[in-house]
Amino acid sequence: MSQDSLYQLRCRECGKTWGNLPRSFCEDCFSPLEVAYDYDAVKKIARRENLSRRAFNMWRYSELLPLTEDFAAPTAIGGTPLVRSQKLARQWGLKNLHLKNDAVCFPSLSFKDRVVGTALAAARRFGFATVGCSSTGNLANAVAAQAAQQGLDACVFIPADLEPAKVLNTAVYGARLVRINGNYDHVNRLCAQIADRFRWGLVNVNLRPYYSEGSKTHGYEIAEQLGWKLPDNVVVPMAGGSLITKIAKAFKELVTLGWVEDKPVKFFGAQATGCSPISDGVKRGLARFEPQKPNTIARSLAIGNPADGPFAMKLIRESAGWAEDVGDPEIVDSIKLLAETEGIFTETAGGVTAGVTKKLIVENRIKPDETTVVCITGNGLKTTDAIAAEFPATEAIAPRLEAFEAYLDTQMGAAAAAKA
Amino acid sequence: MPVTIEIPTAFRRFTDGAPRVDCTASTVAEALDTLTKRFPGLARHVRDDSGQIRQFLNIYLNEEDIRFLGGESCALREGDRVLLVPSIAGGSEGC
Repeated sequence: MSQDSLYQLRCRECGKTWGNLPRSFCEDCFSPLEVAYDYDAVKKIARRENLSRRAFNMWRYSELLPLTEDFAAPTAIGGTPLVRSQKLARQWGLKNLHLKNDAVCFPSLSFKDRVVGTALAAARRFGFATVGCSSTGNLANAVAAQAAQQGLDACVFIPADLEPAKVLNTAVYGARLVRINGNYDHVNRLCAQIADRFRWGLVNVNLRPYYSEGSKTHGYEIAEQLGWKLPDNVVVPMAGGSLITKIAKAFKELVTLGWVEDKPVKFFGAQATGCSPISDGVKRGLARFEPQKPNTIARSLAIGNPADGPFAMKLIRESAGWAEDVGDPEIVDSIKLLAETEGIFTETAGGVTAGVTKKLIVENRIKPDETTVVCITGNGLKTTDAIAAEFPATEAIAPRLEAFEAYLDTQMGAAAAAKA
Repeated sequence: MPVTIEIPTAFRRFTDGAPRVDCTASTVAEALDTLTKRFPGLARHVRDDSGQIRQFLNIYLNEEDIRFLGGESCALREGDRVLLVPSIAGGSEGC
């Protein structure tokens, strides 16, 4: 049986199946489509023991992804470290704290490389010559990088006020960059209209079901790196709300395949207080979240109308997890804390996730003996402007030993000088 | 007020292919009611069984999501554009 007959698009509301095509919503009831697999058939070709012969990157799980049989990976993506925390764990009073570090994801330093991996595989399959996205930055970087490598034209749409580093990190790959006067939700709406008008593969619009499947590999890797075990808790940053649901899907699939033992996993969602429609909805027990106008330094999470918000809320509730949010000062403090304790420099979204984890520990929702995984999804080099004020430039000194001693005297105080 | 409702491609099979529908209405709710009365096939895609606007349908008045304008009761002015845009979600409820 060929691999591409193992999955197809299915409506999450009415259940109608649509085969494989570039579409994100059901033409019958206009609800979202997702990739559904024939797991009995997948079981026959996917073997855990086969993985030992494969490189450690996201393509090692290819039977669990919506790829065609002749798919050849254009580049390695993912395969990021799961760091067993020592210092931070001690500081937070946890015995089993792990950091899944997609800040070093290849090729563009965020977990978005994973979703673009599966999305561009779908774009090529459907014959799109131009690909694009609406983006808060990381996705733009990932689309531009992989499109350049694969010889596809890229056109990406971003809010006009995006961080300069993220703009530059997209432009450098030769992508066409369209800045929109508006926030991400305005950009996203425009992209829905563009996908309606042009024959382009917009990765998070008409290719979205294939795109979001790439997120599952973040979850597969966590389970494999824990020794084919599921954690007790996962803390995940939420923008559109897709990643958290896809990590849950990954875990369920591994249970279905018999690759891990089933166990309850609590899913915790993290948002910035300045854009927290999902955590607000969870905390207030709303049936539907209320959209917000983003106002936060965590611009990669600044989605006020999260498309997957309803699914994220449902998952968090059903898993007995919770959602929390932290303000800008706590985001900055948490970025510094992660750097100082674990040597990991994350972007503002990682600051949100770390800050929320601390809050969940204080609230006793995460307990010391449990195995907790915190998902770090982006790199601090992209959002240096958010913390630049914390590190003012120091005075330069002359290249002379006396000058350095004088420096120690003034900067480090008399104690440091005496020690020398 | 004379206003225009913009219809996404996926909905046009219910509007005889029309990409735009002109109507007269004083609120967004009234405009939607006029639209679904004229094209009854569209009604169940705009509102759910409880009469609420469907969760995965976003409605904009000119550039703004109507949820920031007080919802569907927000008033229309002459020449306003009402946009219907299906929400693009791609998460998962599990396998």
